[in-house]
Amino acid sequence: MTAQLADTASHIRAEGPNTEALRTDARREAFSFLALCSPGLILVGLIIVLPIGWLFWLSLFDETGAISGANYARFFEQASYVRTFITTFKVAFLVTALCVLIGYPVTYMLSQIPRRVASICMIFVILPFWTSVLVRTYAWLVILQRKGLVNTWLIDLGIIDQPLPLAHNFAGVIIGMTHILLPFLVLPLYASMRSIDSDYLRAGMNLGAGPTATFWQIFFPLSLPGLAAGIVMVFVLCLGFFVTPALMGGGKVIMWAMRMEQTTSLYSNWGAGSALGVVLLAVTLGLLGLFQWLIGARATSVWGGK
Amino acid sequence: MNTELGLPISHWQRLWLYILGALVLLFLIAPSLIIIPMSFSGSTLLQFPPESWSLRWYEAYFGSVEWRDATIVSVKVAIMTTIVATPIGTAAAYAINSGTLRFSGLINTLLTVALIIPVILVGIGTFFLYAKLGLNNTLTGLVLAHTVQALPLVVLTVLSGLRTYDMNQERVARSLGANRFAAFWQVTMPQIRFSIVSGALFAFITSFDEVVVSLFISGGDTTTLTRRMFSALRDQVDPTIAAISTCLIVLSIVLLSAAQLFGQRRSPK
Repeated sequence: MTAQLADTASHIRAEGPNTEALRTDARREAFSFLALCSPGLILVGLIIVLPIGWLFWLSLFDETGAISGANYARFFEQASYVRTFITTFKVAFLVTALCVLIGYPVTYMLSQIPRRVASICMIFVILPFWTSVLVRTYAWLVILQRKGLVNTWLIDLGIIDQPLPLAHNFAGVIIGMTHILLPFLVLPLYASMRSIDSDYLRAGMNLGAGPTATFWQIFFPLSLPGLAAGIVMVFVLCLGFFVTPALMGGGKVIMWAMRMEQTTSLYSNWGAGSALGVVLLAVTLGLLGLFQWLIGARATSVWGGK
Repeated sequence: MNTELGLPISHWQRLWLYILGALVLLFLIAPSLIIIPMSFSGSTLLQFPPESWSLRWYEAYFGSVEWRDATIVSVKVAIMTTIVATPIGTAAAYAINSGTLRFSGLINTLLTVALIIPVILVGIGTFFLYAKLGLNNTLTGLVLAHTVQALPLVVLTVLSGLRTYDMNQERVARSLGANRFAAFWQVTMPQIRFSIVSGALFAFITSFDEVVVSLFISGGDTTTLTRRMFSALRDQVDPTIAAISTCLIVLSIVLLSAAQLFGQRRSPK
């Protein structure tokens, strides 16, 4: 459509008597469209691009003000940083795996039931998605803490004598984050599963494949782009997650984002904190870039469905 | 027989899938369902179901000057963010949709980049910048930072509305003598207004629920509700927060239902 218009425009430009006027008009239009975007672009430039660029600049200098890689070398030399990275990746892998393990079946079910019923069931996914992370973390604290619901129930039922350590530790962080990030896997996966043509499945079964074979050989491979989009989204969000580990970790689970907060707020070490941020951003963008490259343009259409 | 897909698999054979799915859905909704009754508990102990009922935690919430001030700050910031982000995002979406915008791919990425960048990095960066500009602990600073967070949702929502709208209608209006703005205002806007309203609602809820950036740039008189909640949760699990959480859940339900309602009316008649 647009290409067609542009084609006509160039055609007129070549022959028409009002070439100059049309060209001015096109230029004015291009300019006014750019002007329409400019408030948003200026804000993004001011609030996101400029400070992050500034932090990157800061990360290149050590405490004495000389250019050095000291802020980055620290990550390999100090054991506490290495521990933070290991914890972060451990949490990210575990949470992503759990999201896939419980998210795939539920999304598969949602994609198989009639749309009307599915859209009602989707409320269960979308409502938590739009509920404050703080509210959900608080809820899990109430449920999992020492005198929380789970422990009270289990003790009342006589299953355990001593309360299980479920909150203020690693387990609490994993449970809370899995709950918070699950919708990020379900939503793109659902869009991708709904777009699978059921004729393929019917054809497979018609040709003699059983339900299991049809699922693994036809449905599952076709759902992979959506699954990959969800996995990347969940993993990337895990790496930079702050609220839940800060409240549920009980000070024992130090993740990347918490480390950044401590280094800058507590110790005012902007160089070190910035370097952490730069690496986090690089890893995030690297993973997203890798994903784009592997899956191609299809991914953007899956993400647009939010 | 599965009538929806026409596959020779019975619902009985799939029973395990339905049970598993129902359990996961329960897992997703359980925290909200548990918090709401607990906020009406009569005791300081967090029990479920509560043994006695009362409104004392709501009285504690509304009676406390600190909580009330924080709520007012959050409401103010969310309203102002909505007012700023909605027209900016709509204008940008309109330009991106036109197809004649140069670098539209890059511009689209930049405007929605806040969805991808780790929020903690934005928080620290904004704090650092605001320290130089004297914008920390100000409403202006909060509104600007929240607008950037809300912008992607407005742009994406309005863009999806524009994609289903036939731009030729605006061309007709212009060929009949309307200028560009009049054509947009009188022809396009009324038809995509439901997307714009949905985008505005998403902007409001994004700002109201935002925690991480506010943690860094709000404080003193401009402490937001989420910031105060975060600090309170670091110390102890106070049942007053159950009452506040219930209010936030209800707000989410109301705004989402409104967005859903507007979203449905957006689809072609």
